[in-house]
Amino acid sequence: MKGHLLSTEDLSRDDALLVLDTAERMARVAEASVRKLPTLRGRTVVNLFFEDSTRTRTSFEVAAKRLSADVINFSARGSSVSKGESLKDTAQTLEAMGADAVVCRHSASGAPHRLATWVRGSVVNAGDGTHEHPTQALLDAFTMRRRLGRVDGLAVTIVGDVLHSRVARSNVWLLATLGASVTVVAPPTLLPIGVSSWPVEVSYDLDAVLPKTDVVMMLRVQRERMSAAFFPTEREYSRRYGLDVDRAATLPEHALVMHPGPMVRGMEIASRVADSDRSTVVEQVANGVSVRMAVLYLLLGGSGEVS
Amino acid sequence: MASAAASDPASRRPGIARTVLSADDMTRIVSRMAHQILEKTSGGAGVVLLGVPTRGVPLAHRLAQRVQAVEGVDLPVGSLDPTMYRDDLRLRGVRPLEVTEIPDGGVDGRVVILVDDVLYSGRTVRAALDALAAYGRPRTVQLAVLVDRGHRELPIRADYVGKNMPTSRRESVAVRLREIDGADGVLIVSPEPSPTGAAAGAADPGDRP
Repeated sequence: MKGHLLSTEDLSRDDALLVLDTAERMARVAEASVRKLPTLRGRTVVNLFFEDSTRTRTSFEVAAKRLSADVINFSARGSSVSKGESLKDTAQTLEAMGADAVVCRHSASGAPHRLATWVRGSVVNAGDGTHEHPTQALLDAFTMRRRLGRVDGLAVTIVGDVLHSRVARSNVWLLATLGASVTVVAPPTLLPIGVSSWPVEVSYDLDAVLPKTDVVMMLRVQRERMSAAFFPTEREYSRRYGLDVDRAATLPEHALVMHPGPMVRGMEIASRVADSDRSTVVEQVANGVSVRMAVLYLLLGGSGEVS
Repeated sequence: MASAAASDPASRRPGIARTVLSADDMTRIVSRMAHQILEKTSGGAGVVLLGVPTRGVPLAHRLAQRVQAVEGVDLPVGSLDPTMYRDDLRLRGVRPLEVTEIPDGGVDGRVVILVDDVLYSGRTVRAALDALAAYGRPRTVQLAVLVDRGHRELPIRADYVGKNMPTSRRESVAVRLREIDGADGVLIVSPEPSPTGAAAGAADPGDRP
């Protein structure tokens, strides 16, 4: 893998499969009685989070610690960033502290890309604005492969707030690379203008798509990013685009229900569906640790030269 | 990315290869090692065979088959990837990980026999011992290797040796197994002799990571 993980759009099929295969090995570590590996001893991973995220930050922290890396959590709140320090100055500070990898989440799309030009270590994008969240897409693909045995040829339906979703974008690129066919379903107001250039089908009718779906991925409606009225009422959104019990029953027997979390039960997904056997929500969290261990290993585990 | 070809020294470096063990030799050697294991462990009581990937794994299965044929005992066979415990990870690019598969029943209180194709510096075995500790506490750990080529860098020795093979550090030993390479055999590959006598200087860079 190249020195950074910034997006899935430029991730090659070989590298994506290497991450998934490596994650499979990492998942085995969770079965050992000692779940800690000495692999990244002496390396420092900085979690640089400009946006609140307990689950992603914790997942990266657990992953780095299982590989024996030292972890420093650097959150924007209460740091010099809240005093007006620029991203570049923060980057130079981290550089001076000897960070081998920086895991960055930022509300501005493209921030990790800029960061990557300023630091010597590896940068991992942990979500930038509405752009990408590559490790989430990798763990989603990993979950599909573990449950259904493959990603190639699957029909994946992504439902909801595609406009604001970096998870959707990362998944669209990665799934296309891995050979799945993706359909996005959303109200027209929640689809980005450029969606016609994406490698996806677009539909506004969830009921028509579900019976031909192997994996349905529900997105959270991101109220915090919504400054305008994108749909009339939450109830109407939920009626048309929410996955309730009756809708879930029209899915094929083997189909999976995925959600990147945090879920808004009763809004985009019904409680009974979220807790059903076909839901992978909890598995996705466990798989997230394995995938992030794989990414950190592939970025930091060698001399830094391509083998 | 590193593939099976890259871990096979014979295909990585040009040179003169000579066969030192034939397929028949290997069959006899594996058979003898299986008998030695049975003798030393009183009929294989509590034994678990763990192959070190890649070629240690099929060898472990072959030993188990021979033990089965001789004594009628089914020994559990698994694999143990020591990669993440290596001390030389930073000396070269990222190594791909291999499968670790601990048989049901685990390793606690068992006699674990690590199986590898070639014993050389001993560093792989050291890493494997560390990896094993993550999965439990065996009563005894033993080591079985098809070829011991010398040049140890750590205080490690094998309990079962198929063939002691004195080699020069400049040579490489390539074990071929039909499960992976299509045919059995052990080769020693010497670097191409250079007419100017500069062979050592020319071959050395290939050795470095």
